[in-house]
Amino acid sequence: MSTTPTSSRDLLMFAVFAVAVLTMPFWLAPIGAGYPDLLQKFAIYGLFATGFNLLFGLTGYLSFGHAAFLGVGSYTAVWSFKLLGMNPVPAVILAVVTSGVFAMAIGFVSLRRSGIYFSILTLAFAQMSYNLAYSVLTPITNGETGLRVLRTDPRLFDAASQGDAPLVSTLFGVEMNGYPGFYFCAVLLIIGFFIAQRIFRSPFGTMLRAVKSNQNRMNYTGLNPRPYTLAAFVISGMYAGLAGALLCITDPLAGAERMQWTASGEVVLMTILGGMGTLLGPILGAGLIKYFENIFSAFNDQTLHSIFGFLPDFLETPVVAITGLFVGEGWHLTLGVLFMLIVIFLPGGIMEGFSRIGRVFRRSSGAKGSHQTAPAE
Amino acid sequence: MTLTRKPLSRRSILRSGAAGGLVLATPTIFTSRAWSAGYLNEPMGDTVTLGFNVPQTGAYADEGADELRAYQLAVKHLNGEGDGGMLNTFSSKALGGNGVNGKKVAFVTGDTQTKSDAARASAKRMIEKDGAVMITGGSSSGVAIAVQSLCQEAGVIFMAGLTHSNDTTGKDRRANGFRHFFNTEMSGAALAPVLKNAYGEGRKVYHLTADYTWGWSQEGSIQKYTEPFGWETVAAVRTPVGAGDYSQYITPILNSGADTLVLNHYGKDMVNSLSQAVQFGLRDKEVNGKPFVIVVPLFSRLMAQGAGDAIKGIFGSTNWHWSLQDAGSQAFVKSFGQEYGFPPSQAAHTCYVQALLYADAAQRAGTFMPSAVGAALEGFEFDGLGNGPTLYRAADHQCFKDVLVVKGKENPSSQFDLLEVVEITPRAQVEYPADMLGGELGSYNNGV
Repeated sequence: MSTTPTSSRDLLMFAVFAVAVLTMPFWLAPIGAGYPDLLQKFAIYGLFATGFNLLFGLTGYLSFGHAAFLGVGSYTAVWSFKLLGMNPVPAVILAVVTSGVFAMAIGFVSLRRSGIYFSILTLAFAQMSYNLAYSVLTPITNGETGLRVLRTDPRLFDAASQGDAPLVSTLFGVEMNGYPGFYFCAVLLIIGFFIAQRIFRSPFGTMLRAVKSNQNRMNYTGLNPRPYTLAAFVISGMYAGLAGALLCITDPLAGAERMQWTASGEVVLMTILGGMGTLLGPILGAGLIKYFENIFSAFNDQTLHSIFGFLPDFLETPVVAITGLFVGEGWHLTLGVLFMLIVIFLPGGIMEGFSRIGRVFRRSSGAKGSHQTAPAE
Repeated sequence: MTLTRKPLSRRSILRSGAAGGLVLATPTIFTSRAWSAGYLNEPMGDTVTLGFNVPQTGAYADEGADELRAYQLAVKHLNGEGDGGMLNTFSSKALGGNGVNGKKVAFVTGDTQTKSDAARASAKRMIEKDGAVMITGGSSSGVAIAVQSLCQEAGVIFMAGLTHSNDTTGKDRRANGFRHFFNTEMSGAALAPVLKNAYGEGRKVYHLTADYTWGWSQEGSIQKYTEPFGWETVAAVRTPVGAGDYSQYITPILNSGADTLVLNHYGKDMVNSLSQAVQFGLRDKEVNGKPFVIVVPLFSRLMAQGAGDAIKGIFGSTNWHWSLQDAGSQAFVKSFGQEYGFPPSQAAHTCYVQALLYADAAQRAGTFMPSAVGAALEGFEFDGLGNGPTLYRAADHQCFKDVLVVKGKENPSSQFDLLEVVEITPRAQVEYPADMLGGELGSYNNGV
């Protein structure tokens, strides 16, 4: 494998990715997703899934407890707002550090086992964290109500903006909600993507893939896999913490439900849906799930009637009645069907679909190329 | 394959530096856009959009479904369809059934999932994408408080739906938020005298409390008003929302020496905990020489329906009940019944009233600007909406009106006739000073 073409292709991919992310408000507007809150969610969960994929996609360790790190990042960020001030920079740094430490502790214990035992251990830890946040640690987390920034909080470095200013995160005077908030998340997503890309191509990434393909063989060659897996686990926990912090930067509220096992399951879905072990896949998967959650769940009978209004009445009513099951509160059903279809027909996720289409085109033009975004074996 | 690779070259650093600079410069394009409107989401066309944010899944889904029905009915009445419902009995005659400020009322809906995160995401979608000028709904105080502060930050009016915690208009009150529903303070003040008459002084009380702001608030209010006549708290146990199985919480009650159980639960939680408490035979027991009793401070007809026979003879308080005989209530029950075939719940009532009150205030103000609508609501005295003469207090944006104390009926005449009104506690008895609960309204945010 020669390195020169790979790195230039990587650079091209990175550039395309960066441009695509930054222009999301324009090209997502026609499908109804071009509004700041959803764009922020795309970027944030993209980051979360990218980090998760560093662990799951490269080492094959399926963590079922990543939401715990998301939650830890969120709580840290809100506490940073409460104590230090509404600037997002310390919040991001503190959240990444805290979740890293937290991941180190959980990873140190959980990584003693692999396979299903590892998954169950992480799930148990996450559920413990959830219950701690929900009821035991109420003074720190404010339980079900969720932790918010209050006017009475000290906010040491915010002396100037005390008073009636809205309680949103501000970076040098720019309020981190709406489009500025999205661009803040987008820039961090691009940086996160860049780091992930570097890790994928680095010797370290190769080591992680070796863990996935055959850990015993790796042991026989005299390499201890645990430092590598622990490092991957911590890095991936830090990504989750960063995502959690961003959730609070765009909306200063941290609730315990963020740590629930369903949230951990969601990131697994995102990664598998998009294509595990690929760089872009998890981000696409995250976008798809968030799109479903926010757009499909908002369809009500009225919207459906206006969509199918062109049909004659005797057809319109049953069509609306049937599609009504799959939108609104039934969006989980649609997602479930989609997930099944993808797992059955495209085990490598959306990215496999893309590479299949790509192969068809390449075959017709007669050139054969190696596509590097194929799922890891 | 080589395991060692060169780190970043000078060139690639320069290149990524240039790309990064470009990236950082992009946001300024968006921040510089000027707002042409005088306030956020000013309706420019011939419709005005309201956002109905209710729980469609989770422990409070039944209430949410009923709230949505009420909102749809309110929109119909505002646009002059149907029989007009409470518009005909409302003391303010500003609305003429031709929309609000000459604009037809349109609406968007969202699912709060009874989770703060989901509720805020859904409210944000309505504000940012659908251009909603007002958000209303919610069937949980935790969610209501979270959405209320979001609306304050964003700059739209929030008309709280069913939220009963003191904090909504207490320590978490916001200028852009308004609540018609009563709170736990009023529940306590209304319920305590009735409990004293029915069950006597000096009881030992065991609380099971939903573990969030409303539960804490409810527990505190009941304690505050029953302690003066010697009701002493044995234990107050917090249970998670949506727990489903309460047997592990109910067994300890049997051995605690308590003779009274207060269930600070709502929605499906209350249905489950009450049914299970009755199944465990709590109500057949006699402790300290007194019959064991159960109290459910916040009652609703939907919950009574879910709990079946278990609610017979149990006291609670409610904001409104469909069996009330005043003209407003009857008009509402009639048009709701015609539309959906069954009587409305108190959740439906408060949401319907909130939609009407908002529309009326906007009509009187002549604009949808939050500060102007708010000023029209502040100190507004009205009648004919089912609760008798009511005041929207300016100091905390809380409505003050009579409170109903109800009891589960022993011999219901229909599947909806489950509660009987024991007492209508007059408004004067449940009023409290505005600064008692703390909190600060701040100033209105118009979102510009």
